[in-house]
Amino acid sequence: MIPLENFLVLGALLFAISVIGIFMNRKNLIVLLMAIELMLLAVNMNFIAFSHARGDLSGQVFVFFILTVAAAESAIGLAILVALFRNLRSIHVDDLGSLKG
Amino acid sequence: MDLPLILFWFYGSVLLASALAVVLVRNPVHAALFLVLSFFSAAALWILLYAEFLALTLVLVYVGAVMVLFLFVVMMLDINLERLREGFWRSLPLALLVGVLMAAEMVAALVTRGGLAGAMPPAPSGSNTRALGSVIYTDYVFPFEIAAVILLVAIVAAIALTLRQRKETKYQDPGRQLAVHAGDRLKIVKMAPETTVRRAGEGAE
Repeated sequence: MIPLENFLVLGALLFAISVIGIFMNRKNLIVLLMAIELMLLAVNMNFIAFSHARGDLSGQVFVFFILTVAAAESAIGLAILVALFRNLRSIHVDDLGSLKG
Repeated sequence: MDLPLILFWFYGSVLLASALAVVLVRNPVHAALFLVLSFFSAAALWILLYAEFLALTLVLVYVGAVMVLFLFVVMMLDINLERLREGFWRSLPLALLVGVLMAAEMVAALVTRGGLAGAMPPAPSGSNTRALGSVIYTDYVFPFEIAAVILLVAIVAAIALTLRQRKETKYQDPGRQLAVHAGDRLKIVKMAPETTVRRAGEGAE
């Protein structure tokens, strides 16, 4: 059988990789959104591992809701990205200073 | 070493390698495809954890819908890659510091605790989908409805954000067409008839 720690360490490493991705792709909004998706995947991995280890289905229900909210989030994020690109012709983070005073 | 453990190491290493590729590759299209690979490996890992329904949902919803949306957007936008990549490797030391520190902290906490839940329980009997459904539709029915409302809000927001009225488009408004009266179109003006006719060039002298 696979021990619980294996999954938790895997989730931790996945989360750290996506943090590194957010630091390195600071200019690129699309890859930032992908890194956020990876973070949510890491969190979901922990939820499902604990759900199986404890024999409690509530963890899987929570993952279900996280998947719902993450899908909504990425749909709205990509819509904002498209609207932004139409107005600015760019998705460079440095160009997005129009709300700056 | 039994078969599930070997499969775990295989899927886990594929997952980590493809996640690393997502954040490091140059082309966003390749990043999206590597993200698909990492979602597939994660789904396989979830099946190893007997969460079949969520694994299939991950493949259907994420690989089938969200990643296709990502690919559409990435291919639709005309991105200047050179500008987006500037300063990419310059932020590597800080990123490595934070990332390695975070991973080390979490792994250290997990390893020193050791034997968190004892041995993993055996495979649950019966259908995972049935068990999940019986929980969602009884204990969690109200959050389930709220999740549906959140999806509706996402639909409305995404459409409202991307819908635009083009100025050069010609379109009909049937309501206004039906509401038209003859009096609005044709106006009859009463005026007195003119008696003297002035010829051209007459007033020059």
